[in-house]
Amino acid sequence: MNITLDADKCCAAGQCVLIAPEVFDQRDEDGIVVLLDAAPPADQHDAVREAAAICPAAVIKVDE
Amino acid sequence: MSPRRIAVVGASAAGLAAAEALRRFGWTGTLTLVGDEPHPPYDRPPLSKQLLQGAWQPDKLHLRAAEQLDALGLDLRLGTRATGLDTATRTLTLDGGERLACDGVIVATGVAARTLPAAAGLDGVHTLRTLDDALALKERLSGTGHRLVVVGNGVLGCEAAAVARELGHEVTLVGREALPMARTVGTEIGELLAAEHRERGVQLRTAAVDGFEADGDGPARHVSAVRLADGTRLPADTVLVAIGSEPAVGWLHGDPALDTTDGLRCDAYCAAAPGVYAAGDVARWQHPVHGRHLRVEHRMNATEQGMAAARNLLAELEETLPGDEALAPAAGRERRPFTPVPYFWSDQYGLKLQAYGVLSGADRSETTVLDPDARKAVALYGSDGQATGVLAIGVPPRQVRGLRALIATPVPWEEAREGLHNARA
Repeated sequence: MNITLDADKCCAAGQCVLIAPEVFDQRDEDGIVVLLDAAPPADQHDAVREAAAICPAAVIKVDE
Repeated sequence: MSPRRIAVVGASAAGLAAAEALRRFGWTGTLTLVGDEPHPPYDRPPLSKQLLQGAWQPDKLHLRAAEQLDALGLDLRLGTRATGLDTATRTLTLDGGERLACDGVIVATGVAARTLPAAAGLDGVHTLRTLDDALALKERLSGTGHRLVVVGNGVLGCEAAAVARELGHEVTLVGREALPMARTVGTEIGELLAAEHRERGVQLRTAAVDGFEADGDGPARHVSAVRLADGTRLPADTVLVAIGSEPAVGWLHGDPALDTTDGLRCDAYCAAAPGVYAAGDVARWQHPVHGRHLRVEHRMNATEQGMAAARNLLAELEETLPGDEALAPAAGRERRPFTPVPYFWSDQYGLKLQAYGVLSGADRSETTVLDPDARKAVALYGSDGQATGVLAIGVPPRQVRGLRALIATPVPWEEAREGLHNARA
């Protein structure tokens, strides 16, 4: 799995961090998404897929 | 036998989320996605912000790249309107007269902008719901120095007023509410927003709109002023009507099994009838935790509910189509009540407003202004002694995320109040 972000579109909702806190974080000042792990281990994959699907700004792209 | 089919009606955020989830959760049969607009699924929140501002071009709004859509293997019907649904036979009718026999249907037709009859056929009067609407308004506001009157001081009206002001236009924001967004966020947050808009040079008026004045004749009639109920005349060359929306349920009226009062009424599983589910702005479902029907027009809800409706539809079909090849085997496919913590945000100038939970219908609210000049505040909303919603304005989003836990389920008012107090200390 490889994750890419279009962080420019991020609306700072933080849902990805709630769903996959080991993979995503938010910048302190403006809440913009930060990618902690672009190729997370298999046990994170379902959470990442859900985070990508739920993101209200379609920021997260997952290639598998 | 005709091939197995699920149809998702509505190709915006909720419909797309439902279609993707249907594939992800194991639907291998035909998947029809019907959208009345000609555009591939695009995102709406940026219409009143980045698109209107000119920071983003329309292609940036696409929710998925072409290859991601291709990978879903959709029977994609864009520029197509659904005109009827017979729930007894699960037959969907399209505007060309085609009838599609379906095993399941997800209704995600969203809402349409409300308009004012007096504005019909008047050049320069706009609504802002679709990409085409936004492009037309943007074109109208090209150059500087336009006189824009925004009718409606809810979220959309406030966002558009902020952008237009930043673009250098003369902006008047007219609403029936005494303060911007007051119906959603209450008086005290409304006052902060009002102060920000005033400081940026937006004229605020509380009034009902009585009608419009126009120059020219026939199709060339273009708006010249907005007339208020108190007799005031506001000169305008452009008007944005942002007075809310109507659920797009007209096409469902033919089926007596459906209740379409204020959206399509659903149970806690987002089911409106056997095999028929709804998601997004159009769905009014029984929220099991809040104990009442909610219809949530927030961007986040569109994706969450699209996924929930997809999951529940497949779980239902698994019982009626056991072992069918259209439904790939999957573990743990079961119907679950849809119990989200609603979330919404709004950007106006440099301010971000974020809210979790249910703010509407509150019988009490308490706002703590942390910094009046920076428009920084937190507010709690609740009813019947329970706190149900929390809002922050001007607070860094990462900090706000921590507030969600306070009201993820309704809690006694004093408990939430204390939690909020500790969180901001």
